Amino acid sequence: MAVETRQGHTFGDRMPRKEDGRFIRGRGKYVDDLQLPGMLHSAILRSPFAHARINGIDVSAALEHPKVRAVITGKDLEEQGLAWMPTIAGDTQAVLATDKVRFQGQEVAFVVADDRYSAQDALELIEVDYEPLPVIVETPRALDPEAPVIRDDKAEQTNNVIFEWDHGDKEATERAFREADVTVKQEMIYPRVHPAPMETCGAVADYDVGTGKMTLWVTSQAPHAHRTLAAIVTGLAEQQIRVISPDIGGGFGNKVPIYPGYVCVAVASLVLGRPVKWMESRAENLMSTSFARDYHMVGEIAATKDGNILGVRVDVLSDHGAFNAHAQPGDIWPMGFFAIFPSCYDAPAAYAEATGVYSNKAPGGIAYRCSFRVTEAIYLMERTMDVLADELGMDPVELRRKNLIPAEKQPYESVMGWTYDGGDYHAALDEALRIADYPALLEEQREAREQGRIMGIGVSTFTEIVGAGPKKKCHIAGLEMFDSAELRMHPTGKAVLKIGVQSQGQGHETTFAQIVAGELGIPAEDVEVHHGDTDHTPYGLGTYGSRSTPVGGAAAAVVSRKVREKAKKIAAHLLEAAEGDLEWENGGFQVKGSPNQRKEMAEIAFAAYTNTPPDEEAGLEGVAYYDPPEMTYPFGAYVCVVEIDKGTGQVEVKRFIAVDDCGVRINPMIVEGQIHGGLAQGIGTALMEVIQFDEEGNHLNSNFMDYLIPTSMEVPKVWETGETVTPSTHHPLGARGVAESPTVGSPAAVVNAVVDALSPYGVRHVDMPLTPSKVWGVLRENGVEPF
Amino acid sequence: MQVPAQFDYEVAASVEEAIELLRRHGPEARILAGGHSLIPMMKLRLAFPEVLIDIHELDGELRYVREDDGVLRVGALARHRDLLESPVVQGRYTLLADAEKFIADPLVRNMGTVGGSFAHADPSEDLPAAFVALGAEVVVRGPGGERTIAVEDLALGPFETALDPDEILTEARVPRAPQGSSYFKVERRAGDYASAALGVALWMSGDEIEDARVGMCGVGSTTLRAKEAEEVLKGQEPDEGLYKRAAEKAAQECDPPDDARGTPEYKRDLVRVLVVRAMEQAVGRARGAEDRTADGR
Repeated sequence: MAVETRQGHTFGDRMPRKEDGRFIRGRGKYVDDLQLPGMLHSAILRSPFAHARINGIDVSAALEHPKVRAVITGKDLEEQGLAWMPTIAGDTQAVLATDKVRFQGQEVAFVVADDRYSAQDALELIEVDYEPLPVIVETPRALDPEAPVIRDDKAEQTNNVIFEWDHGDKEATERAFREADVTVKQEMIYPRVHPAPMETCGAVADYDVGTGKMTLWVTSQAPHAHRTLAAIVTGLAEQQIRVISPDIGGGFGNKVPIYPGYVCVAVASLVLGRPVKWMESRAENLMSTSFARDYHMVGEIAATKDGNILGVRVDVLSDHGAFNAHAQPGDIWPMGFFAIFPSCYDAPAAYAEATGVYSNKAPGGIAYRCSFRVTEAIYLMERTMDVLADELGMDPVELRRKNLIPAEKQPYESVMGWTYDGGDYHAALDEALRIADYPALLEEQREAREQGRIMGIGVSTFTEIVGAGPKKKCHIAGLEMFDSAELRMHPTGKAVLKIGVQSQGQGHETTFAQIVAGELGIPAEDVEVHHGDTDHTPYGLGTYGSRSTPVGGAAAAVVSRKVREKAKKIAAHLLEAAEGDLEWENGGFQVKGSPNQRKEMAEIAFAAYTNTPPDEEAGLEGVAYYDPPEMTYPFGAYVCVVEIDKGTGQVEVKRFIAVDDCGVRINPMIVEGQIHGGLAQGIGTALMEVIQFDEEGNHLNSNFMDYLIPTSMEVPKVWETGETVTPSTHHPLGARGVAESPTVGSPAAVVNAVVDALSPYGVRHVDMPLTPSKVWGVLRENGVEPF
Repeated sequence: MQVPAQFDYEVAASVEEAIELLRRHGPEARILAGGHSLIPMMKLRLAFPEVLIDIHELDGELRYVREDDGVLRVGALARHRDLLESPVVQGRYTLLADAEKFIADPLVRNMGTVGGSFAHADPSEDLPAAFVALGAEVVVRGPGGERTIAVEDLALGPFETALDPDEILTEARVPRAPQGSSYFKVERRAGDYASAALGVALWMSGDEIEDARVGMCGVGSTTLRAKEAEEVLKGQEPDEGLYKRAAEKAAQECDPPDDARGTPEYKRDLVRVLVVRAMEQAVGRARGAEDRTADGR
């Protein structure tokens, strides 16, 4: 329970979220809540075909609709050089199709009308002459020599390969495999899933004809980066663009890219001189905005006969859809941080190679609640570890324990070139096993099996890699990945903190206030946090890849300390003491050895505007741009217990134990909330989620009746969370990002549990999602009868 | 935001007026009751009614759940929630409460209506299957007066009923309460339509099953009645071997679609499993045994 003290809340407290008052009462202000005088509405005509040549578009009937104000096609945009836009992966993406459509749901025309209904009605009046082309849905088919070339718009593109990449020491890894007692190899698919935020994507563009200023309210996880990209794409001067991300109803990576709708509203507002709103439907969100995963992987481990890992080898075929809009922190990372795959294990050799391909599916490859392909990497490793345990006849826990990086090797230099920032992985695993009561679980499983029940226990241990920068290593479209905070104390001791990262539900207004509170000795209630308005916040790269706390949070701590330095000068002046004689104690400055001679922050702040030292400027404020020396590596140990109904194939997650170490916790309640949500999403991925297509490329589940996400009924009634706290070796607060660990670590724990349940029947792997019908098929194939 | 195509809108002040409006506007008019199936279909532009005739003001006439002289009468505007919470239903028509727990979510159950469940004729709808097991009929009223249709004869195909365009469904009637009943459903996730679902109702004579009915959904192009399975059960003393024989028949009597929920083989196997489970529970209830929790819910 939250405990409120007279002084209010500070760093480390379970402070109730400042945001929740408005969110719980339905008073949040989202893009779709915006109503501007004279605002027009819009709708996008989308391709019914997955691959087709466009021979012509006739918009004349739509233009005759009495309430239609404009119809924009790719041809119109082409004249302005705006038919194509850059993606964050350095590729190009059609804003509105000119030559071909390349996935079902692709944007073809944009209708602006007096109201949303008329815009939608007018879509049915547009005639498009499509010439259907052969379609690639099955990823491996993209590599067929006779496969149609999807990106024939690019002169250099003669096949469907986007990139070929490798990383690690190939020779050393091959040697490890040659010399190993035991090797295992497992193919697996991490299916194409969707982040599915509750709020779909949308934007309102308001071009002010009088001032020449364009204001864009947009569902963006990275408003500053979007402003810069908008300036580059449209040619508008950057100071004439103001991007506002108001309350955002969930992002999970889905709101990192720029979508064609954003460009279209901006163009429409420029042309019409009126505000224009575009808000996509659920179906549009699921069909056309960025998906995640779609990795076709082979994992191999070489080990000694007693289970010491000698090498790890990985081969990946990654499907990026029609345009490569994959999220990557710079062009040297076509696989994001996938190279983290040896993870928390002390692997002496590792090597990965990968091929990225185009297909006739929606563009993307976004980091869905994960830091740039870490989820895929950890799933691959954790599944392959269980396959190795099975091969060795070893308890998966013992195999992990044997190979976890020992705490004394931290900060650990991995063979893949990462420098970990501390961690005691054995302690986290022990804690998870303690909560789970692992010996009792094994006994329970033995009894269940005697009774003919199918129960499984799955374990996953992992490290994440989050918090990009450092800026020398990471950038988004050339923008280096630092982040920022600007802090100003008001005369009455209250403060305003402006940050470059952007909350989509993470609770920044609370945790960032707690950071300042902890550094300055004022209540978090007295710190107002501003974000999401590029005219009023310092430049930042936004929130994704769990980078807010590692980078933005560090900036907030650093700027608070800068302000505290100036406060010390003022305190010295007020106390008529030398600065060197003062000490910071309990939220104020006092003369060493005489605690009665003391000034609280509120008094110092007042003096900053009324009684400054002679050699100091008035005011008490600062700004910090923080470039992290390294990424942070939160880690965890998860245990999942499932029971399978052998009659129906239904999997019930009976228990889920999650021990996370994200270093020092700024607000443990928010950390736990993040973990609960991420675990639910991980269970959804493991058990039910997959974007499905038929062989013609028709999207088969573009609504929440067909694209299943878990409800409270599919998750355990109680999440059994635990923690270990190993401070980050380099973060100013000792903190790491946490929100993505549960999504990264949990799918493997669930699948490992299901496979463990089925292992007495000879099952070693089943691909996600583990739907009842799929599990039923595995049961019956292996001779398990319903009664 | 998903928005429907244009339509006209009328509000009926009585059942008689609703019938008159249906007659006047012809076959492209639709009754709007809870709207929890029709409106999503309109927003997805899968349904394009020209006129909606809103009957939400007819609660006084059509919203009730009561037993008169041993006959259960459920008004067309009774909400799912009314059925779920009715002590009569919980006590004597238990499979209806079982089924209701599986239907969508509390928000839909607050708004969605029993009449809508029948008139929508979705082959995956749970309530018609449960009512088939109860041997129920529906009452429909048109310009020529009232008639009744057995629930199993109501759907002619997916989303198609035996109602004339100017008829309105007003009531569901169960002529006699069973001694034991049960409804089981397999769904991919809470609130999903059935991968397979079925209800059984048993009328006992001492230890013998005098009469039995089995209603199924999600396993054919309409709600189905497993008549051959019923024949296996009738006149027999319940035991597991009997349940399995009936289950085998029911599995043969369905014709499940191949879709995202699974293959026909999978769904037939579910029917096999669910008949046995539903029989065990219904017999237990008929014997006054402890209620076994339906599928952990």
